[in-house]
Amino acid sequence: MITVEDLSVSFGAVQALRHVSFAAQTGKITAVLGANGAGKTTLLRTISGLKEPKNGSIRFDERDLVGERTEDIARMGIGHVPEGRGVIGEFTVEENLRLGAMTAKVNLQRGLDEQYTMFPVLGERRKQHAAKLSGGERQMLAMARALIAKPTVLLLDEPSLGLAPLVTAQLMHTVQDLCETSDLTVILVEQNATSALRIAHRAVVLHVGKIVANDEAAVVAADENLRQYYLGLVE
Amino acid sequence: MDPFLTSRIVTDVLGGLTNGVTYGLVALSLVLIWRSTGILNFAQGAMPMFATYLGFALLSYHFGYWPCVVACVIAALLIGGLTERLLVRRLYGKPEINPIVVMVGFLIVLEAVAAAIWSSTPRSLPSPFSTIHWQLAGKPFALSPFTVYEIATALVVMLAVAALFRFTNLGLQLRASALAPEVSRLLGVRVGRLLTLGWMLSTAVGVITAILVSANFFSGLTPTVMDGIFAYGFIAAAIGGLESPVGAITAGVLLGVVNQFVTDFVNQNAVIIIALGILVVSLMARPSGVFTKSTQRRV
Repeated sequence: MITVEDLSVSFGAVQALRHVSFAAQTGKITAVLGANGAGKTTLLRTISGLKEPKNGSIRFDERDLVGERTEDIARMGIGHVPEGRGVIGEFTVEENLRLGAMTAKVNLQRGLDEQYTMFPVLGERRKQHAAKLSGGERQMLAMARALIAKPTVLLLDEPSLGLAPLVTAQLMHTVQDLCETSDLTVILVEQNATSALRIAHRAVVLHVGKIVANDEAAVVAADENLRQYYLGLVE
Repeated sequence: MDPFLTSRIVTDVLGGLTNGVTYGLVALSLVLIWRSTGILNFAQGAMPMFATYLGFALLSYHFGYWPCVVACVIAALLIGGLTERLLVRRLYGKPEINPIVVMVGFLIVLEAVAAAIWSSTPRSLPSPFSTIHWQLAGKPFALSPFTVYEIATALVVMLAVAALFRFTNLGLQLRASALAPEVSRLLGVRVGRLLTLGWMLSTAVGVITAILVSANFFSGLTPTVMDGIFAYGFIAAAIGGLESPVGAITAGVLLGVVNQFVTDFVNQNAVIIIALGILVVSLMARPSGVFTKSTQRRV
């Protein structure tokens, strides 16, 4: 479980997160929703140690992640698929996956086989440079590269960005399957609230750095005010 | 063909090959640092020069050639590592011009300090193999045991660097750290340590060149011994492609051969002009280097 308490983050005079507190339960999907500039990506970057908070704590397995280095946080089992996917275009698909497995002490061949079973298109393109993949394939590669390290927590930043609805639905289905078949904890940052709420167990809604809702996903999905004013979901 | 002309051509090819491997090694060290840290190091000649002075200072205590070579490599590893930790680390993420200016400044400082400590008088370093050219049909041939040693050393170093990047996890992490440091950190790669290691390895490759060049009786070891070689090594790296270790060595060797022919058949003063001309033409034809695979991005 990841517990965020009273987290505040600033960029100079601009406060990106204000006293944010929530818990992501083990084996569940927690959706973090909100408009552009709400602080969703900043929240994930702070959990991963890429951004230092002004105050607050992030607890994982009884350890406070604040002040830990990003690479150490990754080695604790927190995988992060960044916004824009972050695959290394100059590397082949297989090199990207090897890099993901390298620091996690997992059996590389078994890991590759698992990921190629989960994402068959990556197996077909294993020798291709990642720069030549389509947007959906790159998103699959970014997820596979994080999953090959067998993380206990997966931070997903806008996985549906720029993808066709069908590809988005496939990715969301994969995330849901992973949570059901393992104890993987997922924090899913999305602008596409409809897709995220469909698979999430809980939802946190951010508005200009503050939490305006933190409840069961079904409750958030049914709240007309939240849907209309914060999630842009108009019937 | 005229036997005299044939002999001249063979001599030029072999002489060019010998010079070319030193250009190739400098190019290789530039490629190494580029692939592992994404910086063009203009002090890539001066840092190995300084390490060579430090290592061969042991000669005055009557240590042999090979212990001094080991000392030079250790000194190079230390200089490379300290330079990255104390100087270069502050330049990451800054505009691209910053590392260039700082490293040019560092080159000037290193050469000035070396001249102040060891003077600018050339020091002839010992050679582990004979530099006397072999005879063929009673006439001196273009190769000597030492030139064969130079060529073999360049080949071994090139293959080792290519294997490091292509087949090892360490090579993959070095490349990832240079190409995408933030993503690498998110995958648990200790980017800081790898960047330091990249500079250490690159300076170690550079010092092998400096040792070979300084064994030349005519030039010897001076604070500026690597300046000319660095210029041709830089041209070779740009022609071969900064991503390709094999390209760096190949372009260096070809450049050495072309330079030798220009010196022999045209004029020594035309060498740099011809070399720069080749650079311009090759960059116009293949901007990312002759030996670098271009990758197309689907949008």
